[in-house]
Amino acid sequence: MTRALSDHKRRRIDELIARTSEPGGVSLLRDAGRRLLRNPTAIVGGTIILLFLVIAIFAPLVAPHDPIQRFPELTQKLTVDSIPGATAGHPLGSDPLGRDFASRMIFGARQTLFVGVLATLIGLLIGVLLGALAGAIGGWVDNLLMRLTDVMLALPSLLLAITLVALASRSTQWTVIIAVAIVNVPIFARLLRGSMLAQRESDHVLAARALGVKRRDIVLRHMLPNSLTAVIVQATLTFAVAILDAAALSFLGLGDPDINRAEWGLMLGVDGVRYFEVRPELAYFPALAIILVALGFTLLGESIREALDPKNRR
Amino acid sequence: MRASGKGLRSALAAGTIAVLTIGAAGCAESDRDNGGGEGSASGGTFIFAGAGDPKNFDPIFNDDGESFRPIRQMYDTLITHKPGTAELTGGLAESWENDASGKVWTFKLRQGVKFHDGSPLDAAAVCANFDRWFNMKGEAAQSQMIYYQDVFGGFAGSKDAVYDNCKAQDASTAVVTMTRYKGAFPGAFTLTAFSIASPTAMKQYDSDTVTQNGDSFSYSAFANEHPTGTGAFTFGGWNKATGEITLNKNADYWGDKAKVDKMIIKIIKDENTRKQELRAGTVQAIDYPAPADRKALADEGYKVLDRPAFNILYLGINQKNPKLKDLRVRQAIAYALNRAQLVQTKGPGGAAVADEFLPNTVLGYAQDVQKYEYNVDKAKQLLSEAGATGLTLNFYYPTEVTRPYMPNPQEIFTVLANDLQAAGIKVNGVPRPWNGGFKDDVQQFGKQDLHILGWTGDYNDPGNFVGTFFGRGKVEFGDQAMTEMFDAIGKADATVDQAAKKTAFEQVNRDLAAKWLPAVPIWHAPPALATTKNVEGLVPSPLTAEEFNTVSVTK
Amino acid sequence: MLRVISRRLVQLVVTLLALMTLVFFWLRSLPGGPVDALLGERATPQTRELLTRALGYDQPIWVQYGRFLKNVVTGNFGNSIRTGEPVTEVISRAFPATVELAVAAIIIAIGLGVPLGYLAARHRGRLLDNATIIVTLVGISIPIFFLGYLLKDWLTQGLHLFPPSGRISTGMDNTDVTGFFVLDGLLTRELDASADALWHLVLPAVTLATIPLAIIIRITRASVLDVLDEDYIRTADAKGLRNPTIRKRHVLRNALLPVVTIIGLQTGALLAGAVLTEKVYNWGGLGTLITDSIGGSRDYPVLQALILLAAAVFVVVNLLVDLSYAVIDPRVRVR
Repeated sequence: MTRALSDHKRRRIDELIARTSEPGGVSLLRDAGRRLLRNPTAIVGGTIILLFLVIAIFAPLVAPHDPIQRFPELTQKLTVDSIPGATAGHPLGSDPLGRDFASRMIFGARQTLFVGVLATLIGLLIGVLLGALAGAIGGWVDNLLMRLTDVMLALPSLLLAITLVALASRSTQWTVIIAVAIVNVPIFARLLRGSMLAQRESDHVLAARALGVKRRDIVLRHMLPNSLTAVIVQATLTFAVAILDAAALSFLGLGDPDINRAEWGLMLGVDGVRYFEVRPELAYFPALAIILVALGFTLLGESIREALDPKNRR
Repeated sequence: MRASGKGLRSALAAGTIAVLTIGAAGCAESDRDNGGGEGSASGGTFIFAGAGDPKNFDPIFNDDGESFRPIRQMYDTLITHKPGTAELTGGLAESWENDASGKVWTFKLRQGVKFHDGSPLDAAAVCANFDRWFNMKGEAAQSQMIYYQDVFGGFAGSKDAVYDNCKAQDASTAVVTMTRYKGAFPGAFTLTAFSIASPTAMKQYDSDTVTQNGDSFSYSAFANEHPTGTGAFTFGGWNKATGEITLNKNADYWGDKAKVDKMIIKIIKDENTRKQELRAGTVQAIDYPAPADRKALADEGYKVLDRPAFNILYLGINQKNPKLKDLRVRQAIAYALNRAQLVQTKGPGGAAVADEFLPNTVLGYAQDVQKYEYNVDKAKQLLSEAGATGLTLNFYYPTEVTRPYMPNPQEIFTVLANDLQAAGIKVNGVPRPWNGGFKDDVQQFGKQDLHILGWTGDYNDPGNFVGTFFGRGKVEFGDQAMTEMFDAIGKADATVDQAAKKTAFEQVNRDLAAKWLPAVPIWHAPPALATTKNVEGLVPSPLTAEEFNTVSVTK
Repeated sequence: MLRVISRRLVQLVVTLLALMTLVFFWLRSLPGGPVDALLGERATPQTRELLTRALGYDQPIWVQYGRFLKNVVTGNFGNSIRTGEPVTEVISRAFPATVELAVAAIIIAIGLGVPLGYLAARHRGRLLDNATIIVTLVGISIPIFFLGYLLKDWLTQGLHLFPPSGRISTGMDNTDVTGFFVLDGLLTRELDASADALWHLVLPAVTLATIPLAIIIRITRASVLDVLDEDYIRTADAKGLRNPTIRKRHVLRNALLPVVTIIGLQTGALLAGAVLTEKVYNWGGLGTLITDSIGGSRDYPVLQALILLAAAVFVVVNLLVDLSYAVIDPRVRVR
């Protein structure tokens, strides 16, 4: 594939590498941390994410009911063209199958976190592995792996995910997670590789090498940890995209087929759209939740990136 | 609201025109408003929103409703249905007769009927159609004659072929001889796939040329550009860029001439968009409004027309699993399902719990079959009697699909699985894309223990329902020798005498419910149509076989 | 330059061939496939057998692959399972629809994005800047199918401001010349058809423009800020060059470079966005084609060709962007 292909994606990655793999990483990090705490954007983003995490983790304690239980008092009044609203014990009323909508929204945080985190993590792990291999070994391995990422970057993200889902022989929650994850593999791979290459020539690595530290140890102890900052920033941003892509897949009918699962993207893309006229809340609430969480992660990711920008130290 | 909206809309349209004509001399005269009904001629235009692309317009090579919708307007069949029912009435044949052996069919054709190309419809033309189907050459063409293969068993040279010959006794009498009696007739003569086409046009436009190209086929000019039948509308064209099929009134139609001058079938795949177009007034009728939107549309004054139910959704049970070979386990499954609640909560308007695998308008429907009222305790008791407590079953359900009998497979699965769990049966849900594994896994390989599937009837015959599912060994239900069932259905289907056939099928239905229970019938769910207030004369057909010549659009 | 282009083209062909081979074998390993998709619910086992033979699936996979390759080299991607037309025809009909939509979206995104980004940068830290940033952040956080859905519901149902779907009013008697309906109307002087098509274009284009708009605003703002910070601008300032001149000659021109890149990049994202937008508005372009060829019908021949097309377009657009650098900034040499 062409060299200049998707130059911008690459350039963004390079920028991030440059910002995070500077020598004197520790003081830079401390600096960045301080700047982060002073940045209102970061605080807003962080608060949103914290709230989201708390709800996700303590969902069983917060939610009034089991998210997949069907309640007779709700199903009694349920028909295909009318869905009961708030009643005693069910503050947000029913969903299209007579389940407690409030509980589903709350458990939705957990499932959404699950999908987002896993999609990000899987993409990150594979990407980091490939990137580290390329960066550490170099030579033809590097060449091959980078051509591979080029091909993957050639397809726009959602399109690649759609294609992967279509090409999967079965549709499960994992199909969606993996499709969204694979989209991010090349980004992480390039990121890590670049960062490691930048460090290969840096003072502390040269020093370690001069001291006779084994190559494996240099990679694991010195190069990898220093590269992770960039990876974490990217992961924060990736999370937002992952949950948006999962929602889009659901909307296209290619998402998680198990509608028992309370996941915001699924709730919005399937029930929300189908029953929009009957009960618009079924769409508004998950949509709002997705926007907020995506916003939170974007805000935090961008402010970390900004905080790490050496220009801002001037 | 609407009036102000219209004002704004024309202001906006005017604005865009102004933008366009900057720099250009003279302003274009515009308000060729959209929407039909206001054409200059008497009848105006009727715009109907269909749900999918047709394949082509040669009846014999098609097997789906979206292709049949335009085909049905352009062609006629020998026998047809009384509007709004599944009862037979004369089509191109004024009357028909079956001899005592059940093998010879004599059709008395209507006089003076002409194809759109002016050639006469006579017995020779009818026989030319039968002979064309039977003698079709090439695997490509044959493989696309799905209804023909199903009903007529095979082609020239095949020992399974049902068709023998067709003779033109005189200009208006066609005699079709079969090799054996088949219960599907005369009902199957109403199938749109067996519409009579103009032999002249077919010859001229090379109708039998079907060529394979890659993973699919190309069809002839006849099928794509020159479909020629006797129907109330003639072919105007198919604009694929805008998804519009235009049909023009056939002024020489033998029956009730179309009330509108032009009809456009606009293809809109998304049900939500179809509804919105109806509200915007840009189409006058839509097919398959979402069940959830029925009430809102009706409240706003749109006409929601329910088709009489002529379909069935069932829960298939695969007896390859030894546990499921036990009748008590299958009965337990039937008792465990709260079908009344499913109909109430998820059934489209007019849906009803099914106790048999055919609607009650079909011959052979028995009034006294064993019913399985929702009863969890009974289910649990049967399971423990059968020693099948702690049963785990793989429940296959399709994704990426909606069918008239199954508007939302995922929801239906979720509800049914929930019921089964409540009775102590563990359910392992296995979703598969409709064309990407579901049909393969269920109907080819029989990987499932349970699955949901259904059927829309083609014509009024019990064989078309019960026979299709249970008349022969199918992996779908465990390809076991359920010989007693196959024999009983085969015998009932082969009964020439109608009264005896009725009795035989009633017994089949009783046994299906009480003795065999190869599946649990779930519901009959009629698909609806919706039209604007000013559409008159649209008669919903249980077979989704509406003809639009009776439709008029008032101002 | 010519040598660069030709080398790129050769690379493109090789990559596409590899991708094609991968897709071919993958699709054939899937359950179901064309046979299932071509057979409706009525098919008997005999028909299935006939069809398998008619499509040549009973032959060894290498024979099938050879035939496939031969077809593709001659520009034949087979016929669509859904409609029975040649795939090339199906795609070339859908192509202008998507291009029309994408161009409209890009025009909106640039037309609004560059000035807004520029203004935000000039008013750094003030209300306009902050408001712009918040809007862009929400813009990239909203699921665009839902945005499209809401716009459609509000503006075409309650208020009948725009048509809910399609590219032109049903029954509009337009002449199809290029497949770009707005342009066709102008070419044939059917101005009402053109206006009608434009009027149908508004909502889908706005929906599709959301994300690129947000991104262009951000990039423009950032790169204008960068340029304002550069030494030569300070020098120009110091030299006493009047502000408007600086802006025009130096700031905008230099700030435009990343924006051009972004536009190139956005073509890929636009195609992805088009899948969602086109589904919402029943647009009938490539996006609709992708969803149609996956959901339910599994139209593999079309899907196969679309994957190749998407990759090819993306590569070509990137090549064009690279070449345009050379025009905007002579310092950049195309490698």
